[in-house]
Amino acid sequence: MAKQLVTPGAEIDGFTVGECVHSGGMATLWSVTHPDIAVPLLMKIPRVSEGEDPAAIVSFEMEQMILPRLSGPHVPSCFGTGDFARQAYVVIERIAGATLYKRLPDLPLPYEEARALVGKIALALADLHGQNVIHHDIKPSSIMFRDSGEAVLIDYGLSHHNQLPDLLQEEFRVPYGTAPYMAPERLLGVRDDPRSDLFSLGVLLYFFTTGVRPFGETETLRGMKRRLWRDPQPPRKLKADYPPWLQEIVLRCLEIDPVWRYPTASQLAFDLGHPDQVRLTGRAERLQRDPLSTVWRRRFNRELTVPRAKADLAAQLASSPIVAVALDTVEGSEELHEALRVTATRILATLPSARLACVNVLKLGRITIDRTLDEQGQNKHVDRMVALRHWASPLKLDESRLTVHVLEAVDPAAAILEFADVNHVDHIVIGARTGSMLRSLLGSVSAKVAAEAPCTVTVVRPPRRAALAAAASSEDSSSGVFPST
Amino acid sequence: MENRRSLAHAVLMSLKPETEAGDRVGSEDCVLLGIFTDIHANRQAFAACLEAARLRGVERIICLGDIVGYGADPEWTVETVMDLVERGAIVVRGNHDNAIGSLSESMNVEAQAAIEWTRGRLSAAQRRFLAELPMMVAEDDRLYVHSEASSPSRWRYVQSAPDAARSMIATDALVTFCGHIHRPALYSMSVTAKMTSFVPVANVPVQLLRGRQWLAVVGSVGQPRDGDPSACFVTFDTESREITYCRAPYDVEAAARRIRDNGLPLWLAERLSVGR
Repeated sequence: MAKQLVTPGAEIDGFTVGECVHSGGMATLWSVTHPDIAVPLLMKIPRVSEGEDPAAIVSFEMEQMILPRLSGPHVPSCFGTGDFARQAYVVIERIAGATLYKRLPDLPLPYEEARALVGKIALALADLHGQNVIHHDIKPSSIMFRDSGEAVLIDYGLSHHNQLPDLLQEEFRVPYGTAPYMAPERLLGVRDDPRSDLFSLGVLLYFFTTGVRPFGETETLRGMKRRLWRDPQPPRKLKADYPPWLQEIVLRCLEIDPVWRYPTASQLAFDLGHPDQVRLTGRAERLQRDPLSTVWRRRFNRELTVPRAKADLAAQLASSPIVAVALDTVEGSEELHEALRVTATRILATLPSARLACVNVLKLGRITIDRTLDEQGQNKHVDRMVALRHWASPLKLDESRLTVHVLEAVDPAAAILEFADVNHVDHIVIGARTGSMLRSLLGSVSAKVAAEAPCTVTVVRPPRRAALAAAASSEDSSSGVFPST
Repeated sequence: MENRRSLAHAVLMSLKPETEAGDRVGSEDCVLLGIFTDIHANRQAFAACLEAARLRGVERIICLGDIVGYGADPEWTVETVMDLVERGAIVVRGNHDNAIGSLSESMNVEAQAAIEWTRGRLSAAQRRFLAELPMMVAEDDRLYVHSEASSPSRWRYVQSAPDAARSMIATDALVTFCGHIHRPALYSMSVTAKMTSFVPVANVPVQLLRGRQWLAVVGSVGQPRDGDPSACFVTFDTESREITYCRAPYDVEAAARRIRDNGLPLWLAERLSVGR
């Protein structure tokens, strides 16, 4: 193994070494500079000398393989790697500020702050999973935030890349990671389920909102294995004011069987972004842990917790999309609504983990002052929500798969596009306006959405006959419905 | 014949123009290798792989054996490989190549029937070419072998991490390339002899890190058995040390028809379309 060449002032592959900024068990971190790179840089050097933990080498190899392939705001950019032939290192962007570990003295955080914080981490995880990587060490000290607000996930030494060899596969007899945050299936050797990260994030959310770790701080394998059958205390037992929607989210993340957790990090982020829309189940109100009979059944029927066949990460993400249907509850014809319903049914039938967000835009006037009440004195917002739920009811969706949203905006297309962007929507289904008169005067919302959306867009039209009839009737009366704005 | 010449020629014309092909044998230049194995006289599949390799910028060709057997175009296939060798390719011997000149090689009924048919088709020069192929070739920190490195003439299959470990322990090479099993796989062994096994994903490059030994089982050109009927080969960049498993779709029906038209066992034609 090569001798450590790193000292302040040394030059390695064009990088000039500065001060040592951190010295950990597995690696040392040095600030470095490069004449061609403007951003602050860190060089990570694994501890590889005699007597060091062999895990340091394997973890370094995983980072060396994974980091150069990652991109985007939620990961540190990678600027170079060197291997053991000369000097093993990776050079990454130095993220300003401290990790979430610094917040531990402030726990428990206010619910709203924790919700926003964990929502950002869930979006970062969704992005990472989309790049075929499972982090496997989600904990406060692996999470930082950019000045622009995005969460950044650091430390990929224990990660799994779905398209690369997993060097940690047989490396350790016991699963390697951070005990309080480790998902139960990891204790059975499962390394390819992205929902393991959702469990860890659930531990973090529980800890940050109650100040208590759900499974304590045990480090022994025996102690860790208890989480294969024993559920944590419901947060409401610890804090009487704990919001039911938050307990619903936390306990869903902490489900022992990954199948009962959120199918994707995007769907978790979606619920954290819309607490008023979280479908409450028995989890939300729970004040006690599962009865002992349930715990014993889990403990002594281990076939219930047998690891499942290898899941393909990309396939799993693809089967759990967020689908948004944009509905015009005022001007859309019944034929168009039916056509949208048929299309939504087809999509949902093939994707049992997909969730559906029904979106309506309450158009605001550019100049006039809008009133929230209509002429009959009813709340327009509530009316629209009712109309959306009515549209969706024939789909007979489980409530946890359906949400309704009324957006208020001057520009409907821009509002739909922003909703899709913020909520990581995978597929937009939208109706085309049939009345050619209206379309030519107001512009086409669907055309703008289709042209500018960050995801797949399906533009739906009613069957030919129905469309002809609707167009004829709308042109007859077009002068009457033409809005004054 | 004209077709063959132009194809091999096209591949080799993409080599660096300023050097002669012969100079590159054993050279330490950083190049993109195209590695083929288990061609098994499947002309359509081999032609598709050579063309795909050319498009990817492959500069040197390595062939891990089993040029013949099973398929119905042994003359063309052997001629093409001989031509590639003249231009700097490295070729090692497979068990089917060996069986052409050795009556003691034991094989299943269908393989045996194909070998006997093939023997009658090849010229003396072609048979001699196959019989004289080396069992293993080492180049820089790489080893090329048909089956595995611990005992190449026993034609053992690498089907598991322990099989791969046995081969890696027998060689100092950091990377061993082999074929024989017709299913792509990638194994590694750490300095503490811990193994990893992996089924490669097509078109996703994997960097073969220097800190451990690797064994890359290359999928078959002419008779894939991993459920994907398209022809398989790999590229290896000697500088970035990235291996990429590639798939080349080809005219399976034409290759199957050749097998049927020549009276070879029908199963050899049928399995091509399912990749089993």
